[in-house]
Amino acid sequence: MANLGVEHWVRIKNERIILDGEVIFSSEVDIARFLKASFKFLNIKYPKFHKMDRLSKLGFIASEIVLKNNNIDEETALVFSNNSSSLDSDQNYQESVKDFPSPSLFVYTLPNIVLGEISIRHQLKSENVFFIEDEFNANLLIDYSKQLIESKKANKVLCAWLNLHNDEYDVFLWLSSESHKKEASEEQIRKIYDADYD
Amino acid sequence: MKKLYLHDDCIISPLGFTTSKNLENLRSGTTGLQKLNKNDFLDTPICAGIVNSEILTETFAEIGNPQDFTKLEQMMLLAVQGVLDKNPELDLDKTGLIISTTKGNVHLLDDLADFKKERLFLSNLGNIVKDFFGFKLKPIVVSNACISGGLALAVAKKMINAGKFSEAIVVGGDMLSKFVVSGFNSFQALSENDCKPFSKDRTGINLGEAAAAILVSDLPKKNSVNISLVGDASANDANHISGPSRTGEGLYKSIQNSLKEAQISSEAIKAISTHGTATLYNDEMEAIAISRSELGEIPLHSVKGYYGHTLGASALIEAILCKHMMLNREIYPSLNFTENGVSAKINVVTAYQKSINLDYVLKTASGFGGCNLAMIFKKEGENG
Repeated sequence: MANLGVEHWVRIKNERIILDGEVIFSSEVDIARFLKASFKFLNIKYPKFHKMDRLSKLGFIASEIVLKNNNIDEETALVFSNNSSSLDSDQNYQESVKDFPSPSLFVYTLPNIVLGEISIRHQLKSENVFFIEDEFNANLLIDYSKQLIESKKANKVLCAWLNLHNDEYDVFLWLSSESHKKEASEEQIRKIYDADYD
Repeated sequence: MKKLYLHDDCIISPLGFTTSKNLENLRSGTTGLQKLNKNDFLDTPICAGIVNSEILTETFAEIGNPQDFTKLEQMMLLAVQGVLDKNPELDLDKTGLIISTTKGNVHLLDDLADFKKERLFLSNLGNIVKDFFGFKLKPIVVSNACISGGLALAVAKKMINAGKFSEAIVVGGDMLSKFVVSGFNSFQALSENDCKPFSKDRTGINLGEAAAAILVSDLPKKNSVNISLVGDASANDANHISGPSRTGEGLYKSIQNSLKEAQISSEAIKAISTHGTATLYNDEMEAIAISRSELGEIPLHSVKGYYGHTLGASALIEAILCKHMMLNREIYPSLNFTENGVSAKINVVTAYQKSINLDYVLKTASGFGGCNLAMIFKKEGENG
């Protein structure tokens, strides 16, 4: 069995971005302004960002931070999960159906579109999967990642909980890879997710 | 790596509420698509695969109260029931449950009717199936656009290898709604007539609704011919979120990786079940990926001319059909094919074929978000 460790992780919640335990960005504003300010904080040029829905923007920002200065190749798999699927964009699209159904809104009514956005940005031609869960469940992500790495379908795995519902966001991404040291257990990963970082 | 054996299955679709009824119609080339000038989804005519709600409700009443369940739930529950009927000894305390859907009950966004808001959540759909039959393990819900149904089989294989369970029921389903139909219509992707996969005169896709369930196991059926999933791979195009790669990059890579896992070369493949949605771009991309994989001579079909595109159910239904083609030594024809309309050479099967030995069959699928999937099924135990 492959031993998977955590190379880096990022947490986005309550107007703050935390990288490997350290608050790297905070801004006490609503989600729209938070997303804008976070993107500015990244200090990159990527016009496509502005076309994305809010779920993709959250996933994009988080992956940008965790993959920065990391040695990854196109075989880095994406194993994502959340509870509300693309409901935020579903509601927006449903509104448009009454007048003029919008193709640019419709395309974001799938949870895995963010996997496409991240793949395009980082040129990942890798295994993708999106799971829907009642709540954050590290076990499924760890089990699936181990199988991908053991069967040599991926070198590394970007695991994520990426939830957005009623303007509330809850994001946790970590880059998982085979570790010659100790394995990151489900409890350890759960602990990172649960911590407050005050 | 353990194999994943495909056991009993059940398809609920406009072609029938049992797999055998579906197969009868596939053999005779009978479509489940219908043209509707007046319909619940658009102001303009549509051509779609629609499950008759009255017949569905009547059938569902034999196992539950139709008022308590949405149309999608009824279809999915009936599909699972069809599998359980053939396996009364199955221990539900230990059996995994994997659900595949793209949009679940999204029609409730428009009108909740008497249902609670929780019904909109896809994880809730998993719990509904779990509780209806009394499964004990937490369901795993996969929602990865139009490859979901096939990806759910790949998930089952991985979870069996991870030792989470040794048997699982994989169920996939999606239903028609104003939401989905208007969305595809906004892309100008819908055809008002029966779709024509890979044809020069193809004008777009038809949508459909269906559900399917299959029992999978790490063990083969004793004294029987068995079909197993021996190779699976997904790959993103990393190119565009709503259009496939022009070079077929992700699908080509998926095919290559699945061949590698199956430890065979492309010559071993005897037939291909394509995604074949009949949009200009999908069919062209798929043909390029198939041709690049040196599979241009291999007989292939798309069943979208029977079912339409059933989204989260499609790749699961098509995998189930692969199993039956291999067991029955037959290939169902690709409906409505006229003249090759893709730039690469492919071999579209236009008439029902019998007595064909299919040792290995390739299943392909692609979807929004740039996702692609390839699966290879193997037949074993024919002579002993």
